[in-house]
Amino acid sequence: MNKHRNIFLQYFIFIVFISLFGILINNLAINLIRTGIGINFSWLLKPASFALAEYPLPYSASDTYAWALFIGWLNSLKVIFISLILSTFIGTLIGFARTSTHSLIGLIAAGYITIIRQTPLLLQLMFWYFVGFLGLKDNILIHIENIFKVSNQGIELYGLSFSSEFSALLFGLSIFTSAYIAEVIRGGILSVSRGQWEAFRSLGLSEIKGLISIIIPQALPAIIPGLTSQYLNLAKNSTLAIAVGYSDIYSINDTIINQTGRAIECFIILLTSFLFFNLIISNSMEIVNKIIVSSKKYN
Amino acid sequence: MKPVLIAKNLIKSYTKGSRALDNVSLELNQGRVLVVMGPSGSGKSTLIRTFNGLENFDKGELNVLGIKIDSTHDEQKIQRIRKRVGMVFQQFNLFPHLSILENITLAPIHVQKRRKIDAEEYGMYLLNQMGIDSHARKYPSQLSGGEQQRVAIARALALKPELLLFDEPTSALDPERINEVLDAMRRLAEQGMTMVVVTHEIGFAKEVSDQVLFMDSGKVIETSTPDIFFSNAKHERSRKFLNQLDKY
Repeated sequence: MNKHRNIFLQYFIFIVFISLFGILINNLAINLIRTGIGINFSWLLKPASFALAEYPLPYSASDTYAWALFIGWLNSLKVIFISLILSTFIGTLIGFARTSTHSLIGLIAAGYITIIRQTPLLLQLMFWYFVGFLGLKDNILIHIENIFKVSNQGIELYGLSFSSEFSALLFGLSIFTSAYIAEVIRGGILSVSRGQWEAFRSLGLSEIKGLISIIIPQALPAIIPGLTSQYLNLAKNSTLAIAVGYSDIYSINDTIINQTGRAIECFIILLTSFLFFNLIISNSMEIVNKIIVSSKKYN
Repeated sequence: MKPVLIAKNLIKSYTKGSRALDNVSLELNQGRVLVVMGPSGSGKSTLIRTFNGLENFDKGELNVLGIKIDSTHDEQKIQRIRKRVGMVFQQFNLFPHLSILENITLAPIHVQKRRKIDAEEYGMYLLNQMGIDSHARKYPSQLSGGEQQRVAIARALALKPELLLFDEPTSALDPERINEVLDAMRRLAEQGMTMVVVTHEIGFAKEVSDQVLFMDSGKVIETSTPDIFFSNAKHERSRKFLNQLDKY
């Protein structure tokens, strides 16, 4: 009896789900017919006729929409990738500081995490852009000839230059995500029993050596899943680039929608792009996880 | 006889008012075995853990192998002590992600900078002494509690320590596994190892120790030879404790 009810329930949920989806599609089709737009990707090959502030590959306004989207796509990838590395680095440091036995260091780390996690990301991006970079006094903050320069033009490092828009987004995303990563790292470290710390200390191993050889290998299985979801959030949050005027895939799509009215197609492109970014991230992390789990011969 | 360990008036409080260590003094000569007994919460674990700097203390002075430390908890001195003092824990605390042999060779390779081949050779010798050399390539979780504790002893011996600390080494073991660990400790005592052992094992204390120190609420109640302590304890509190141990 129970079994029959379960089967019925499953069919019921399935039918409801399909119906809802059908209504959405139907709605879309009716509206597309009514307005006479239809779904069409041929505009992709027409000239974009708008300029981009930043392009890692050559780009001019006479290039196609497809090329403009590809540039936006690369810009997104660039900011996601570098933020991912920077946030992991900062987050790991803060996470360790948070578990530190030195009360002052622990307090500073706790303060950092609290402030960053309790203010909106959009606000932080605005802060880094308008106060952090554009608001620099005398327009230059640090200048070490030919090596490192932070000014209202952005950051220059050994000939590599990053615009202030990119830098603000990079800082905002990295610092925001680092606070969450710090908590993930702290949770992982705390999941290792105190006895492990005492054991390596009693053997005369230094704190650094103990962390690297004893604590981190045992904390990683608890850290990786949390880290993955923070990376996925970071990729999705990168769409806030539009707030500081960085030409990422989202802001370029936004411009194109305004110009062409091709909202449906643009959203399809956006959705697939982020699906792609996040599939890369989650699959890479899955591989890392497998390596760690398979090296865990002891359980 | 040269003293290996001298504690003078150690005081430590976790919370205001209650003292984990209340004016504890003791002296231990080379080659001697000191057994520390007392009810749970009496401060015996805290005491033994101050000897290698796992616990700090608020007042007093400690001299371990000629290295003097006080309440300032000088990290470098503590590091020097830890290189010469081995410790065995109640919960074994083996590194679960390292093989048995790697557990033992980690400190010799990274702390003493010995060559891997030499460290492994000596590690195998120690495992052989402990009767578990056939497990060298296994991981801690594949071993029984008694075997794990013997690995922990071998790990503590790998740095060729001049003093060994045992913090309730048999309390987490199944009764039928206790003797294999006590036997290993007995052999170490016979070889002249200086040891401090926190334990409830009366048989071991009677047979192996040179001195029994009884603690209660952070204070040393009495220090006697085992003959006197177990047959004719000076203090009412000690006799009460021994009576209760006998019941089990």
